[in-house]
Amino acid sequence: MTLEELRKLRGQMKTEVEKRNTEGKTIQIIVGMGTCGIAAGAKETLNAFLKSIEDKGLADHVMLRQTGCMGMCAHEPTVEVIVPDMPRVIYGDVNASVAKEIVEKHIIGKQLLDKLIIDKPAADIMSK
Amino acid sequence: MHYNLCDMIADITQNAVEAGSSHVTLACIQTPESLDVTVQDNGKGMSTETLRKAEDPFYTDGKKHPNRKVGLGIPFLIQTAEETDGSWNIQSEPGKGTTVTMKFNLANIDTPPVGDMTGLFLEVLTLPGEYDMDINRTDSTAGLDYTLNRNELKDALGGELESAASQILLRHYIADQEKGVKQ
Repeated sequence: MTLEELRKLRGQMKTEVEKRNTEGKTIQIIVGMGTCGIAAGAKETLNAFLKSIEDKGLADHVMLRQTGCMGMCAHEPTVEVIVPDMPRVIYGDVNASVAKEIVEKHIIGKQLLDKLIIDKPAADIMSK
Repeated sequence: MHYNLCDMIADITQNAVEAGSSHVTLACIQTPESLDVTVQDNGKGMSTETLRKAEDPFYTDGKKHPNRKVGLGIPFLIQTAEETDGSWNIQSEPGKGTTVTMKFNLANIDTPPVGDMTGLFLEVLTLPGEYDMDINRTDSTAGLDYTLNRNELKDALGGELESAASQILLRHYIADQEKGVKQ
């Protein structure tokens, strides 16, 4: 693939994304990629999200971001999921298969994966 | 230590971006015997004293996570290099930036596997923040020799790298380069 081909492929998708963004209805997936997240395999998690989002045809609906440690290193990889009109949640122990499950059940099915929710970032790392 | 060398490089490169750099260069030069990596940034840099402390796993500047007492990125690098007949060097000047060089001996049985270069490059190109990044990649065995520039890729992808749409295309693009597909 050349840069020009990349530009052309992206151009075909662009209008959809712009429309979504102005509506403020974008789904956000934020993966914790601190030293702890990386050591626990957060890169595989990120890749699994990308693959699953591509497979389900959701590419234009989702923003995928990286952040540092969320303070719950024992439960890495941790992932925050923000779906409009649903509570913001943080999932722990998100390996590749859980990532796929989050896309299928939470993002598409609008169902929370109750057993994997670990709430919000640990209090002792939040900036004052 | 990290599970593979790419994870280690991601960790160190993330430090470079988080140092407030406007430009970061990542070079990964691979032969059958070695992987030579340089991460150079123009961020805030460190004094000799801070740099020495950063080699200690029980040191952190306490700014990122105020109540945490560890900083494992650089100690992981040192541990891996020292245990596997590799080498490392960090040069830094406050206000000027930092250069980290690492050399891994791929012939040593204790050296972790190289890992997924495509995933590494995708990861470090899509970190939050405004920064430019040049990646130089060669692999003499696979016949690879290519460069990636963040601003150029961002521009080709409609000015943003945060949407899954951009990242999926970027992943395919990097995977093509990594497979040695001719441009």
